[in-house]
Amino acid sequence: MSDVDLTTSVAGLVLPNPVMTASGCAGIGKELDQFFDVTELGAVVTRSVTLDPRAGWSGPRMVETPSGMLSGTGLQNPGLQGFLATELPWLAQRQARAIVSVAGNTLGEYAELARRVGDSPGVSAVEVNLSCPNADFGDREVACDPYLTGKVLSVVRRDVPRGIPVLAKLSADAPSIVDVAAAAVKAGADGLVMLNTLAATVLDPETLRPALGCGTGGLSGPAVHPVAVRCVWEVHQAMPDVPIVGVGGVRTGFDALQLLAAGASAVQVGSAIFSDPSAPLRVVGELRAELARRDLPTIADVIGRAHHPEGDLS
Amino acid sequence: MQAAGEVLTVKRAGAYRHLTLVAPGVAERFRPGAVVALRIGGARSDRLLRRTFAIYRARPTGAYGGTVEVLFAVDGPGTDWLAKASPGTAVDVVGPLGRPYALPKEPVACTLVGEGHRSASLFGLAERLRERGCGVHMVLGAPTESMLFGVLDARRAAKTVVVATEDGSVGIQGRVSDVLPDLLARTGTDVVYASGSSDMLHAVAQAAELQGAWSQTAVDVPMPCGTGVCLSCVLPVVGEDGVTRMARACTEGPVFRGDRVRWGDLESVPPDTWGAGSGAAR
Repeated sequence: MSDVDLTTSVAGLVLPNPVMTASGCAGIGKELDQFFDVTELGAVVTRSVTLDPRAGWSGPRMVETPSGMLSGTGLQNPGLQGFLATELPWLAQRQARAIVSVAGNTLGEYAELARRVGDSPGVSAVEVNLSCPNADFGDREVACDPYLTGKVLSVVRRDVPRGIPVLAKLSADAPSIVDVAAAAVKAGADGLVMLNTLAATVLDPETLRPALGCGTGGLSGPAVHPVAVRCVWEVHQAMPDVPIVGVGGVRTGFDALQLLAAGASAVQVGSAIFSDPSAPLRVVGELRAELARRDLPTIADVIGRAHHPEGDLS
Repeated sequence: MQAAGEVLTVKRAGAYRHLTLVAPGVAERFRPGAVVALRIGGARSDRLLRRTFAIYRARPTGAYGGTVEVLFAVDGPGTDWLAKASPGTAVDVVGPLGRPYALPKEPVACTLVGEGHRSASLFGLAERLRERGCGVHMVLGAPTESMLFGVLDARRAAKTVVVATEDGSVGIQGRVSDVLPDLLARTGTDVVYASGSSDMLHAVAQAAELQGAWSQTAVDVPMPCGTGVCLSCVLPVVGEDGVTRMARACTEGPVFRGDRVRWGDLESVPPDTWGAGSGAAR
């Protein structure tokens, strides 16, 4: 088992293993450091940072759903200045590979976030949260529209220094995720992160009104894992050379393996952290065992394997 | 820390359940007011959100190794599973979590106010306060006698014990907030500690302020992760700088200074909160 090499690379970023935290599920990494050494992960993806501080939505912000959860926090965060001053330095000092998630309301905000995050020491990559209404485009949600996605990505790519990969986080709420993925790549995205949460609503049994304070929220957890596998599969099929980070409902090594075999080069562990704060590092170990059991010595032997007609993974 | 715990016993305690867990390493780090976050349904459970409970007692050593005890009401699928868990059932435990009750440096007069099973966190506190030479008084309240918890414990732990039930089935008829102003004045209380519903904590914070006493209030709100990452247990709290922020009950709490919490605004993000009113996304 010790012969398995988990090293992978995403858009030129070399990682010791393919497991990252998912944005919004691991704070800034510091919260999890009491449970395991976060520098042992492939990377830590921060919760989304916005230009101005955000208090977030009023509650309830999270409800349990069958094999999942519905959440709507409203991106509570201290804003770019607070993030750069008080949060990013911890990740840099720990020498964790930090991927900073950015979210903007306007193209101008995305540009400023890209510039200032990209110029900060200790940033390995920038992940672009596109599940935000954009005020420049009548508050339409960017990730649902190839044109808007391309606009945002071109702005971010322009302002993040060369050498720092820009990853676009896509949504299955788009009519065609392949079209949005193509637009993101054409506009300069170096890689794709799939999926963000799925828009969903749950009603309160007493009031018969939406259970979340914000009404409609995002569905995550094992319930959405097959949707993530489908999206990774489709996009890898259409664009086999584009690096993909698979995310959605991963809580075991086999869940991670499925996303890799569908075409992802890395995976993120998200809401599983709520039920098991050690989940990301546990998934690294379980993934290693999954590869060993199948006599697959490297991650490269797994990526996209589900597309090979001769694939034998029994 | 995270510990592979297991159920030692689940017993009835009036209207509640009293759960004792073997949880090596957790008890050693316990301070009164801290909580544990329990995974529901075992390792491969499809219930993904943790349930958090204030620690009633923690024993670092014993026949079974370190144990922690919690009290809970069966009010949903998570607590229903715990209530039915047989001895030996594996329960993953994360804890102790959160900011505990702040202890006074001087031997001052303290009144501890508990509502229903939420009084559980006050008994370990009473012990620590007595060790410091503090005078300890207790008020326990509930809608009815069967929903009181810890009256016997209280008689051992406190100089004065006042019991209030809303239906008058035992003690004074009324709510704890009805008896508090008089008791605080009579005992010359310097610090009030309270654990209960937010309505009760609000009333306690007001009574403490009128008396000129400090208040330490332990909130009981759902904490889906317990570790500070999910940002779902937040409430508006005024900081040292006078600015309101959405603070996490699991990390900045569950014990807050009663005069810092915006009790009247718990259902919302007040418009003057730091970062309120900017755009939204999920």
